[in-house]
Amino acid sequence: MANTDTFVPLPSRPPPRATSGFLGWLRGNLFSTWYNALITLLLVWFLVELIVPIVRWVVVDATLFSALGTDDPAAVCRQNDGACWAFIAEWWRFILFGRYPYVEQWRPALAVAITIGLWVISCDRRFWNKRLMYFWLVGVPVVYILMSGGILGLTEVPTVNWGGLPLTIGLSTVGLTVAFPLGIFLALGRRSKMPVIRILSIAYIELIRGVPLITVLFMSSLMLPMFLPTGVTIDVLLRAQIGIILFAAAYLAEVVRGGLQAVPRGQFEAADSLGLTYWQKTGLIVLPQALRISIPPLVNTFIGFFKDTSLVSIISLLDLVGAAKQALTNPSWRGFYQESYLFIALIFFIFCFSMSKYSQWLEKHVNTGTRR
Amino acid sequence: MPMKSILAAGAAVGVLSVVMPVQAQETVNAVMERGALRCGVNTGLAGFSNPDSEGNWEGLDVDVCRAIAAAMLGDPDAVEFTPLTAQQRFTALQSGEVDVLSRNTTWTLTRDTSLGLNFAPVTFYDGQGFMVPADLGVTSALELSGATVCVQPGTTTELNLADYFRANEMEFEPVVIEQIDEVNAAFFAGRCDVYTTDASGLASIRATVAPNPADYIILPEIISKEPLGPVVRHGDDQFFDIVKWTVYALIEAEELGVTSENLEEMMGSSNPSVQRLLGVTPGMGEALGLSESWAHDAIAAVGNYGEIFERNVGVNTPLGLERGINDLWTRGGLMYAMPIR
Amino acid sequence: MAQADTSAPAQEAHGLLYDPRARAVFYQVLTLAIVVGIGWYLIHNTLANLAQQNIASGFGFLDREAGFAISESLIPYDASDTYGRAILVGLLNTLVVAALGILFATLIGTVVGISRLSSNWLVAKLASVYVESVRNVPLLLQLFVWYSIITVSLPHPREEMTVGLDIYLTNRGIYVPVPLADPVWPLVGLALLVGIVLAFVIRRWAKRIQETTGKIKPVLWYSLAVIFGCPLLVWLAGGAPIGMDVPVREGFNFQGGIVRTPEFTALLAGLSFYTGGFIAEIVRSGILAVPRGQTEAARSVGLKPGRVLQLVVLPQALRIIIPPTTSQYLNLTKNSSLAVAIGYPDLVSVGNTTLNQTGQAIEAILIYMTVYLTISLLISLFMNWYNRHIALVER
Repeated sequence: MANTDTFVPLPSRPPPRATSGFLGWLRGNLFSTWYNALITLLLVWFLVELIVPIVRWVVVDATLFSALGTDDPAAVCRQNDGACWAFIAEWWRFILFGRYPYVEQWRPALAVAITIGLWVISCDRRFWNKRLMYFWLVGVPVVYILMSGGILGLTEVPTVNWGGLPLTIGLSTVGLTVAFPLGIFLALGRRSKMPVIRILSIAYIELIRGVPLITVLFMSSLMLPMFLPTGVTIDVLLRAQIGIILFAAAYLAEVVRGGLQAVPRGQFEAADSLGLTYWQKTGLIVLPQALRISIPPLVNTFIGFFKDTSLVSIISLLDLVGAAKQALTNPSWRGFYQESYLFIALIFFIFCFSMSKYSQWLEKHVNTGTRR
Repeated sequence: MPMKSILAAGAAVGVLSVVMPVQAQETVNAVMERGALRCGVNTGLAGFSNPDSEGNWEGLDVDVCRAIAAAMLGDPDAVEFTPLTAQQRFTALQSGEVDVLSRNTTWTLTRDTSLGLNFAPVTFYDGQGFMVPADLGVTSALELSGATVCVQPGTTTELNLADYFRANEMEFEPVVIEQIDEVNAAFFAGRCDVYTTDASGLASIRATVAPNPADYIILPEIISKEPLGPVVRHGDDQFFDIVKWTVYALIEAEELGVTSENLEEMMGSSNPSVQRLLGVTPGMGEALGLSESWAHDAIAAVGNYGEIFERNVGVNTPLGLERGINDLWTRGGLMYAMPIR
Repeated sequence: MAQADTSAPAQEAHGLLYDPRARAVFYQVLTLAIVVGIGWYLIHNTLANLAQQNIASGFGFLDREAGFAISESLIPYDASDTYGRAILVGLLNTLVVAALGILFATLIGTVVGISRLSSNWLVAKLASVYVESVRNVPLLLQLFVWYSIITVSLPHPREEMTVGLDIYLTNRGIYVPVPLADPVWPLVGLALLVGIVLAFVIRRWAKRIQETTGKIKPVLWYSLAVIFGCPLLVWLAGGAPIGMDVPVREGFNFQGGIVRTPEFTALLAGLSFYTGGFIAEIVRSGILAVPRGQTEAARSVGLKPGRVLQLVVLPQALRIIIPPTTSQYLNLTKNSSLAVAIGYPDLVSVGNTTLNQTGQAIEAILIYMTVYLTISLLISLFMNWYNRHIALVER
């Protein structure tokens, strides 16, 4: 205050309260116009109406895990209006691993962990090289041995006792990995210059894509035994797996075809001008480019099939949905279907949501060099 | 290079395939060699075949399989259970995927003949009934004209229902739901006036699912006969005999008062029938091609028929079923074992 | 091949080996032979198995009495009708739920897709929560949830809830009054069709006027006027019958009016909200793909916001939206087969009952496949036609 000659700027004033801070945010994002305000208020009312009963059911009125200590936890649950989380506490291992022998359930748990681990490193671009192949080459037999046993001192567990999460993950993983090469051949066939091969490929792809998965599963579960010579049978898990593979191949063929179409024509012509044979051209020039473009839609297809494996519960297999349904048939624990469906919906959501986030990330960060 | 790894993964899966030949005439030998009985059961039917939370199968149909395994192999745990849907069950038996079907299957003429099946003795006599909410004020099924009826599809139940209403010139609206839990939920939410299925099922659903069992009544009319028992394929008489007589042995044991608890005492019984049953007097096992302790092992494993019934579906279980027509013939029921001699 | 070079016929064969056309023929014949061989092998086995297991085959069962009842049907049906008719009932039910599902899924998808781009934070967030949750949970589970919401939360017929106009909501279904039969009603329906055709004619007329004179006619109002006006005039001319068949509680249930069962409602809701989530994403990316400059340019030449959307944004966005939406429509139609899980009598549900009664699995599955293939083909053909119709006409 001593030297009045120097110019001292006034401290800058805060922005008007109506445009900054919490109120400003509210105003800008929720109440910008009268109809926005109306919509906001309506939605808030709707949310309160929706969430309050859900919270009451899930938390306030619920029977918690502690009920398991009592003599008859199911009866305790029935007295309360809310959710019965004691049901999940009692049955979560059955829902996750099905009828796999109880003391051996560390094996499917480990198998699931290894499979998820393989997928996670497959998602990391740093591993997109030969190393990844070795990981899978080691990982897949390990998972299979863990599940089926019979050697290395592991007791043998027949496939009818496999269930729950390992089945859901296994059916979709094996389904897509086996269907993928088939899909590539079908996609190439569809673009082939040989009419017979082209027509057969188109017929197969369109036939399969035109029918629901459930009819293909019915076919593999009811008709496949008739297709085989008398006396030869294939167990029901493998039958469902065959159905899923045949179904997935047609969808993957379309994904790969999308990638093939995106390869510039000049690439084909350049390969031809070098005198490469069809397979050299396809294997060295076309496919590497086409497959890279197909990766994001491939992940989306995988999400779709991961959810669709839930249909195998309709043909008596014990995937997550099937195991949850079978848990509900126990005489003491009938009727807690909401809890059980919520539990598996959550599991599906965690898997599918993280995969779809990954696929969105991929779309942003992959192929940036070739995108036009 | 994800493609190569994917191919490799695919190749490894080829190992999964399990191809097994069926020896149509040789089911017994196949079971003995395998050391395990393959048994087809329901995917989940409370009291008859359902897994506990550790994944072990339990139930009346399951115990019949365990008894057969004990009789043949001496080990009630030497059973591989295959859950089957209503559509899959006969194909699975015909194609040899299972050795015996113990899956609440109704014995009918066409199934016995044209499907190529043989029915062993009945292990549970059932019949289709109706359940209604008590406050509906209905006391007889004949008052149900115009009602909405919940029913599970795919079995004889749906046909019996339509037949009954047509025979009595009544109208009804079916609600046909495949998933049993969905049917239960729908009925107790008031989606239907009437729930129809086997009477045993109605009783158990009322006891275990109803918010308040006293609010629901089961109508007196039983509109069909549903004899349920184990089934084998045509063409292997020895195996058919084993299944048949194992069931009879369980019933005979109850008639003779042999239980899993007094079994060792009974080995010293002076009753010739007990001596023949338990193999103290040899001959029965040999006739079946089994060890003489076949019935002893079966009873030791699962108890006599009465014990099996009471443990799985009896009055002290959540299902709470009375013996009724499933009691021994000596007490007014239909359970009657052919003489073991 | 050492001697091959010396003999003439072998040389010819040698040439043939390297002739691309000959090799193409060889590969095709080989492929065809393999496919036919596998097909023959499977059919041979099947016939042998059928004969051995004494299972009937052929479609003769379609003429036999079905013996089971079906809860809802567009055509008269009872248990004494044939299996063939039962399957027809199922087919019609599939078509109804698929058609309505496509309609509602499109509406939901459009609204939610636009909402995700809303400036209102709550709207945009709720829309994305909705999209993420329906897309990441299996449809089968969602159907179970919808079904239990409807049966548990709606009241019993005895304590029905009405929304007025004699419409009743119960957990037995939604009961809606329908007009009593009167000879005027078919004519009213015909007038509605005429009105729709007239609306198209007006649109072309307005377009021609605009192209020649530049004047813009209020097409929307004219169209609405003819679409609703024509039936109204006919109805008035026919004496304006107002008799309604009102649902009345009678015995156990409501009688009269038309009813949509909870199974139908749950399936329709499940399919519409599930597919709507996917369509929302397609719509959002379609709109985002139209460059901002297009909107700005349109505004700068003086078009009103409505015209901007109608003439500039939508035509471009639709081109991106239509092809993936087509496959969503196909998915919805195929997913309607999950009706079997919650008891809506669609084709697969009725077919499964038939399969159980007759034991003829092959025939039943053949019927499913033929029907779904035909429906899928028809939807594809229509959507391809529409896609060509709106495609960019390049010079």
